This record gives sequence, C-alpha cells and structure tokens, in this order.
Amino acid sequence: MSKKTLIPIGPYHPLQEEPELFKLYCDGEIVKDIKWETGYNHRGIEKLSESKTYEQVFFLVERICGICSTSHPFAFANAVEEIADIEITDRTKYIRTIIAELERIHSHLLWVGLAGHFLGYNTVFMWAWKYREPVLDLFEMISGNRNSYAMFKVGGVRRDIEEAKIPLIRKILSDARKKIDLLTGAVMDDPVIHARTKGVGILTKQDIIDYGAVGPTARASGLAIDVRKDDPYAAYPLINWKVITAHEGDVFAKAQVRLLEMYESISMIEQCLDGLKKEKEGDISVKVKEIPEGIGNGRAEAPRGEVFHFVQSDGSNSPVRHKIRAPSYVNIATFRKSCIGQTIADATISLAAVDPCYCCTERMAVVYDMNSGEKIMNANELINESVRMTNELKKTIKLQK
Amino acid sequence: MDSEAIIGLFKLRFKSYILDVIKKNEKRIIITVNPDAIIDIADYLYKSAGFRFIIATAIHSRKGFEIHYHFSKDSFGLILNIHVVLDKENPQIESLSNMFNASNWIEREMHELFGINFMNHPNQEKLISEGNWAEGVYPMRKEFK
Repeated sequence: MSKKTLIPIGPYHPLQEEPELFKLYCDGEIVKDIKWETGYNHRGIEKLSESKTYEQVFFLVERICGICSTSHPFAFANAVEEIADIEITDRTKYIRTIIAELERIHSHLLWVGLAGHFLGYNTVFMWAWKYREPVLDLFEMISGNRNSYAMFKVGGVRRDIEEAKIPLIRKILSDARKKIDLLTGAVMDDPVIHARTKGVGILTKQDIIDYGAVGPTARASGLAIDVRKDDPYAAYPLINWKVITAHEGDVFAKAQVRLLEMYESISMIEQCLDGLKKEKEGDISVKVKEIPEGIGNGRAEAPRGEVFHFVQSDGSNSPVRHKIRAPSYVNIATFRKSCIGQTIADATISLAAVDPCYCCTERMAVVYDMNSGEKIMNANELINESVRMTNELKKTIKLQK
Repeated sequence: MDSEAIIGLFKLRFKSYILDVIKKNEKRIIITVNPDAIIDIADYLYKSAGFRFIIATAIHSRKGFEIHYHFSKDSFGLILNIHVVLDKENPQIESLSNMFNASNWIEREMHELFGINFMNHPNQEKLISEGNWAEGVYPMRKEFK
C-alpha cells in the first residue's frame, strides 16, 4: 500500500471562519479520502430557542451567522407568520427584501475577496472588501448597525426606510454596480483564474440532487432552485428578476453565479425602492395578538442557499420545537465529491467554493506526516502552496517573468 | 399539478399506511404515516415524484418521539412533511441514507441528540461531539436540563 499523508485543515484555519476539522488523506499531492469532525461551534441554539419568547428568538437566530444575519430571522418570521396566518403589509415586504438583497451583495463580495486570497490574488481580496464597505455603511444608515441589523419582528420590521434616505441608497448602489463591473471583468477575463478554477472541484447535477445541496452551489451545476422564485415570499413576486444558473459545476461557475447574482440584487433593490414610494410611510408592521397552536415551515434564500426553519407552537409565547437548517449543512457534505482526486493546492479553493459559513475565531492548520508524526506544513505554507501553483501558471501563461 | 393532485397520488399508493392528512394551505402538506413505510415513501418521493429532501426534525413529545421528514417540490414551491411517531421506549426507524446522502448527517445528529436509532445507517457515528459526551445522555430530550 502506498504511503498516505494526513493533512488536517482546521479546527482553526484561515480557510474557514469557524472551527471545523477536515482530514485530507493524500497520496503525494492527490487527495484520496476526506473525513471531517464538526461540532466545535455547537451552541445548542435549537434547545436555547425553546426557552425564549417569539420576540427574543429573532435576536437569537440573528446570531447564528455573522455574515447572513438576516436570512435566519427571515426564515423564522416566515415560519411564525405561517402558523399565525399573518399577512404583512407591502411596505414591510419591500423593506425586508431590500435588507436581504443588500446582505447578498455584501456576502458575495466577501466570498469573491476570500476566493481571490486563496488563489494568491490579494488585489482581488483588497478590491472586493473595499467595495463591500459602502454596502455596510448602507446597513448602518438603515438599521443603525453594520451587522446584526435587528430589523425583523413577527408581522413586520422594526425600522422604516425614510424617503430622505432613498437618494443616497440609490447613489451607493449605482457606484457599487460600476465597481462590480470592474471586479467581474478582472475575475472573468483573467487567464490564470480560468486555469485555476475551470474544471476544478466539479459537482455534477446528480451529486447536487444526491446531497441535497442548495443555493449558488446547486445553481452552478445547472439546477435552477431558488426559494425566492419557487416558493415566493416578501416582495420577490412583486418585482422582476431572474435566477442565475451555470452548467459546468466547477469553481469558476460558482464564482460566475455569485458575481452575476449581485447585479440582480442591485436591480431588485432599485425596484423595491420604487415600490416603497407607492406605499404609505410608517406602515411597517401589523398587530399580532398571539401565536396559535400549530406548525410552520419557513424558508428564505440566504446568500449561500435555502435556510429552513421548522417551528412548532403549543399556543404559548415560546416555541416547543425549533429546527434550523442552514445551507452550509448540506453544502459542506459535497466536499467528498469535489475534493477527492484533486491536488492539495486545488483542495483549498474547492473547499472555499461552496462558501462554508463560519464565523471568525483563531486560525491554525498544521500538516503532519502520518508515519513519523513530523510537522510538514503550517497554515501559511498550505496557502503558499496554492499561491505557488498560481504563480507557476502565470509563468506558463507568460504574465509574469 | 396542484397540492390536491399530489395528495391524491400519494393516497393511491400508500393508502394503507396513511394515518392522517393535513393540508395547511396550497403549499404546505403534513401527512402522518406508519413508520414501517418510510423507505417506500421516500423512494417514491425522491426517485419518481421529484422531491428534494430538505432536512428532518425530531421532536420529543408526550406521544413519544416524532420525526418530520421535510421534502420540497421545488417546481411547485411545496413542502411536504412526512410525519411519523416512534416508540417511547425504543425509538427506531429505517435509515434513508442508503438512498441519498442528504439525510446522512441529520440522522447521525438525531441519533446523537435524541437517541433515535436509524437502522442500516452506513455510518451512525457521532456527528457533533466526537465521543466527548457521556454515553446515554441525550441533550435534546425534554427531561434534559
């Protein structure tokens, strides 16, 4: 039997913003098997939710994820409103949609930056994160916070978007569109990025169906599933937009889907701002008396895919059971398909391609030789390996001497 | 195809296993079935009817252990909950993970947190704690404080 080397990625690693351990078993440079350990960040939120009132649960679920902190309250609101049969006002619908789409833009920009970083394109990283900044400023202007916006409640939203703020929002969006043009051009036309991402980490349509993967990961493999279109909620049925798909299923296709989705999001927000003009100002919530007994299945399309919340109520003021399924739960499992057979240098970007949703803590990864237990590579060296491959490609394509 | 047609087709195939059907609205259906039929039902939904497995929710209640299997018909925006009630003392049901990988993790999670046994699961190891919790302690059961 040939010698296999164990390469653990994590539990703390710059590739992932939250602790999780992937063990890559390699023969030479090729990944032969992958195993993982999860649960380093298990916070027992489902159990905790049973001890909170419906109003409090919004603040709890908002803290599940630092990046998509609107998707979870959105899905939870959909579930609870389904139990109580609440019809929200049109103004609420528009405001909710604006927040959710702004979040998609900032989350996708964040991903493009990180993907650039893993490939050794730190300029892309710096650009993308710089362009993301004005979007966070918009959040601060609308909700008072750059993150964890606390905008949602049962039957409405907490803050209105006043008429006076709309021109500035429009200006920042039109600036963002130009910046994204620049970024898309830089990423889509670069021969080295093509060489590093095309044909890498391929997921076929059948893999997606088998693993139940969702969001841009599924759409990049030609499966046009999007909760916003399939099971429309909030203002999505009131505005015009299209579902972006690609068919190759590789890392490039996933990048393409995310970049093009940002244009759709900008257009959606602009239409919602038009919609807000028609509605009466201040009409942002309906009165909710009580949550009756029953069950609700709420879902929302987060930047990474479908978020699913199941809520069971017994008529009291807190849920009896609250099940949460984040999109990464099903997307991460596809690593077994996308990584095996690839080189280690490609594994980093394949893992990053589904945008595993974690939140930052410490970072560390060390490569050990399985036989001697000797330390071979640390985190930086692992990223350097990826950077080295990019540089070699650059030389081959004669971009760099 | 609408929700009535989906219920109709389902009834036609699994009439003897159905215990209850609740149609909440056009896009939400809950069907309570006999746990013995879960493999056949999942096989029909996944392979013939074009449903996607979203996730499963285990509930510890007075009735015992309940599981809602959430299936989505994406072209129609419909969520179908297949609801089963398992035995209080010895909760067990056939695993779906030999059919599709989507249920692999959640079945391991339910096994770990609720102590429900999934028969013929390919790899029913602990998912979250990696053996760092005491055996026989199930944190999602109602008696756990």
